[in-house]
Amino acid sequence: MQMELDKVHMKVAVLLKQVPDLAEELEVDESGKALDTEYIKFRLNEYDEHALEEAVCLKEAGQATEIVAFALDGEEVDKALFSAMAKGADKAVKLTGPEVEGSRQAAALFAETLGMDYDLIMTGVQSVDDRDGMMGPMLSSMLKVPCVSVVTRVEGKESSVTVHKEYFGGLMAAFDVQLPAVLGIQAARQTPRYAPVSKVRQIQQSAIIEEKSASGVSGSATSKVTTMAPPTKTGGAKILGSVDELMELLKKKGVA
Amino acid sequence: MGNVLVITEHMKGEFQDISFEMLGQARKLSTGGSCSALVYGSMKDRSSELGAADRVLCVGGSDDFNPETYASAALQIIQSEFPDLVLVGSTSMGIDLAPVLGVSLDLPIISYCSCIEISGDNFEFTSQLYSGKMDVKSTAPKAVAMVLAGSFSAEDGKSGGSASVENVTADFGVGRVQFKELIEPEAAEVDITQSDILVAVGRGIGGKDDIEVAQELAKNLNADLACSRPVVDAGWLPKSCQVGKSGLKVNPKVYIALGISGAPEHLEGMKDVSTIIAINTDKNAPIFDVAHYGMTGDLFDICEELEDSLS
Ligand SMILES: Cc1cc2nc3c(=O)[nH]c(=O)nc-3n(C[C@H](O)[C@H](O)[C@H](O)COP(=O)(O)OP(=O)(O)OC[C@H]3O[C@@H](n4cnc5c(N)ncnc54)[C@H](O)[C@@H]3O)c2cc1C
Ligand SMILES: Nc1ncnc2c1ncn2[C@@H]1O[C@H](COP(=O)(O)O)[C@@H](O)[C@H]1O
Repeated sequence: MQMELDKVHMKVAVLLKQVPDLAEELEVDESGKALDTEYIKFRLNEYDEHALEEAVCLKEAGQATEIVAFALDGEEVDKALFSAMAKGADKAVKLTGPEVEGSRQAAALFAETLGMDYDLIMTGVQSVDDRDGMMGPMLSSMLKVPCVSVVTRVEGKESSVTVHKEYFGGLMAAFDVQLPAVLGIQAARQTPRYAPVSKVRQIQQSAIIEEKSASGVSGSATSKVTTMAPPTKTGGAKILGSVDELMELLKKKGVA
Repeated sequence: MGNVLVITEHMKGEFQDISFEMLGQARKLSTGGSCSALVYGSMKDRSSELGAADRVLCVGGSDDFNPETYASAALQIIQSEFPDLVLVGSTSMGIDLAPVLGVSLDLPIISYCSCIEISGDNFEFTSQLYSGKMDVKSTAPKAVAMVLAGSFSAEDGKSGGSASVENVTADFGVGRVQFKELIEPEAAEVDITQSDILVAVGRGIGGKDDIEVAQELAKNLNADLACSRPVVDAGWLPKSCQVGKSGLKVNPKVYIALGISGAPEHLEGMKDVSTIIAINTDKNAPIFDVAHYGMTGDLFDICEELEDSLS
């Protein structure tokens, strides 16, 4: 009963984004301005794994009552949403409707969809293709609520959260943030849990993904992409053909 | 076009290098206009270091970074100064500021900028996307750009005359975010910033147990062990081993990178090392662009063979 005092009833939204798997060979499409996504594998943005993990930790600590995972319709999104439920999300929602280009439009869409329904919106800190800004702080700005990003620890209070924001070299700062708020998560307090395939399959059979159609995206200030290309090599490494050559190099450098 | 505003960054009473890097570039881009630097709190007393700017705008406020207050103050200054280009660091602090400024001012936001040039009536930006595997060029007449550390010369921003120092008043928000304290890193067993030789492992090492392979190599080479961020996040090595943007900047004589792809955030911490040797299975890994020597192949095979030759 004593613990009851620490209970906080936060409703948490976690936003999930699929990104190209960088282990794949990346190629530019015919327009010369975008990635050719036809043969690419997609996976969940790794920081979203951390956002979800931290949300589940909050719930396990009795500081959140409900976790809803959101994603925009797209490549392999169902898999990500079912897997989020297998890891502890109570509900999964897929937004269908307009074609969304970039994080800024996505932010506008989520601002409209989420409104003030959640105490805490948790996003990943960034992703590898957010050319037009990071969604967490953009979304907060649209909703006119506070945001702290690059967060590694969240502690729920009655009407606020205490978060750790990471700077560099292990240096961090602690902030109190009034709810409702948006957080950009860099790393969860612990390594994100893994959902066994059997559990995901079980969820797939028993749970459903709620679909919600979102209305059109509004235009906002954008820059104009002119080209996309692999970086031009600037010198680059001298490629060694064998371990013997490497050994020789190490000797020359006084290392071996 | 031609008016450029730099949002400076500082920590513990010192301007961060990124501030000078942005200022040097702002100086070059502001031909025909003016180059201003926004400083917070008591950093006003260090304004003389920002001589590359024409004007230093001092908003006061706390020395401790606060996402809400710093963004609120910057927003007001931008609204009264109308710069064409606002430069913000692609840093932990910048991530909290740039997106908010861009949305509030309805200006395009350009992430991961490694190059900014003038092209006719536009600025042309190069963004390093997909962890440095693609360069995307874009143009806009006005923007908030997030500058990757190490893209421009800090020296350029440190030279110059003397700027006019102006006090400007700003509103610091409604107090929804409260700074509480700085949390210092835990004491490290080994200070990798002092190491002569580093063997650094990345996600390519695969698992906690395999760290041993790198440990063994480090021992035989009299080197210390370092790593990329995912290795720390996975709990395989302590934070004190992390090299990069949110880790440490290192400068050993030799840096051996095993299974590290070379994301901009990692490169920030090691790209100035004089001898970088990279081992990676992916011949297109960006690490090979900054490395001086490279081997494409499986790190385990190569380490094993190396151990044999070493013993
Ligand atoms: C705000 C912020 C701050 C960050 N700060 C840092 C930071 O300080 N330091 C940092 O490192 N990162 C940082 N990152 C993360 C960064 O963006 C990258 O995700 C990270 O650097 C990638 O680490 P990696 O190269 O080890 O892993 P990956 O990018 O996954 O690369 C693994 C590499 O290993 C290779 N490989 C796989 N198997 C083998 C094998 N058997 N033999 C040889 N090679 C193999 C692969 O080809 C691949 O190139 C930060 C990110 C954010 C958002
Ligand atoms: N299209 C999207 N769908 C769902 N979540 C997104 C989307 N874009 C961004 N996000 C969220 O915002 C975070 C930051 O992404 P980004 O804006 O790409 O840097 C991601 O980790 C997600 O949590």
